[in-house]
Amino acid sequence: MTFELVVIGASLGGLHAVATLLGGLPGNFGLPVAIVQHRHRESEGALATVLQRASKLPVCDVEDKQAIRSGIVCLAPADYHLLVERDVFALSTEAPVLYSRPSINVLFESAADAYGPQVIGIILTGASADGADGLAAIKAAGGLAVVQDPATAECRVMPEAALESVVADHVLPVPAIATLLTQLGAGELKVAP
Amino acid sequence: MNELEDIEIQLLLEGVARFYGYDFRNYALASLKRRIANVLRAEGVKTVSALQERVLHDAACLERFLLAMTVNVTAMFRDPHFYLTFMTKVVPLLRTYPFIRIWHAGCSSGEEVYSMAILLHEAGLYDRCRIYATDMNAAVLAQAKAGIFALNKMQEYTNNYLKAGGSQSFSQYYTAAYERAIFRPWLKEHITFSQHNLATDGSFNEFNVILCRNVMIYFNKDLQARVHHLLYESLSLFGVLGVGQAESLKFTPHEHQYAEIVSGERLYRRIS
Repeated sequence: MTFELVVIGASLGGLHAVATLLGGLPGNFGLPVAIVQHRHRESEGALATVLQRASKLPVCDVEDKQAIRSGIVCLAPADYHLLVERDVFALSTEAPVLYSRPSINVLFESAADAYGPQVIGIILTGASADGADGLAAIKAAGGLAVVQDPATAECRVMPEAALESVVADHVLPVPAIATLLTQLGAGELKVAP
Repeated sequence: MNELEDIEIQLLLEGVARFYGYDFRNYALASLKRRIANVLRAEGVKTVSALQERVLHDAACLERFLLAMTVNVTAMFRDPHFYLTFMTKVVPLLRTYPFIRIWHAGCSSGEEVYSMAILLHEAGLYDRCRIYATDMNAAVLAQAKAGIFALNKMQEYTNNYLKAGGSQSFSQYYTAAYERAIFRPWLKEHITFSQHNLATDGSFNEFNVILCRNVMIYFNKDLQARVHHLLYESLSLFGVLGVGQAESLKFTPHEHQYAEIVSGERLYRRIS
């Protein structure tokens, strides 16, 4: 199975973790990346600017119905849920899920539904249980579940919640997740060990 | 990727469109599926087919279904900087008109319509305005018409109002009673509330301003194209179109007939 999409969820402490992860990806990384980082609802644009400094790949806030394209890092905009349809991103202002909008579960569940086994889901640091159900949905659809090693997380609540809900394929520190993604993106590693 | 459920959803939407005329067939699928899953839970049915049976045979269930299919999350002065930009960049244009027609398409329960009425009042323009506030959903439209909102929201709305450049005391616009904020009746004197479905209905007037914010995000690209055409047709030359914070006119059928008024603020002017 080749992968078609990487989805990442992060909350408290996520800025540093996501920047480290993106910084570890090569400029020719071959998969689309979609990220929900919990953020303040009036924090427009600032997150993309900060992450762009760390990333060789272009980073942007998603606009509604933007095409899903390889090598582009797409962020859920402040105060919107980010969803995946086949080939395009979609947005929603529906009620927060687990107090969060954007919600990691909403992104992950829609990715699992649209892309099935072709999704890599990654849960990073955070002080919330958001993402646990979404990662389980990805795993149930045959996708790959990756969780930051809680011992290395700035806040271990979210990775631990994910590990309680799903048997992860990989539990790694962030730099090793970047290495794994680089290999998966280059098609060097196709099956989970 | 539940193939059977995808087929069931198509059949449900087909049935509702053909029997009742409410057409959700070109709604964006990912969020629509979430809302259908919510309805399944709320109705206590296990399959979309079972829901279809109920929706087609029970008018009360249809009402609940319609309410659940549309997203009615809104707030007064939502995205305050949008209103601030409207006040500083659009209001000066509107001052040159003797009479101003505004269409608020997809107004939901009306919070943003009252916000616009307040802004226009503070700009001294409200007496020259007629706001047409439309939504496909009769139930939310009735709420909008009532102009009564939860009192516990007023602190948030007051903050938004101030960030939007509000120049007076926000509390003067409503009376508090029984956990409710009842907005002053004069605020709706120039508002006409009516039912209109962007998916199936046509243009009904020509407007100087059209606001359609966070409505089209629930539509797929085909339906978005239809609605953009409808809005373009309904907007006078040099009229102003406002969309949501994460929406743009890029790749829409009339993008080249609009110019952005302020970069990044989602306010556009029809230029041809």
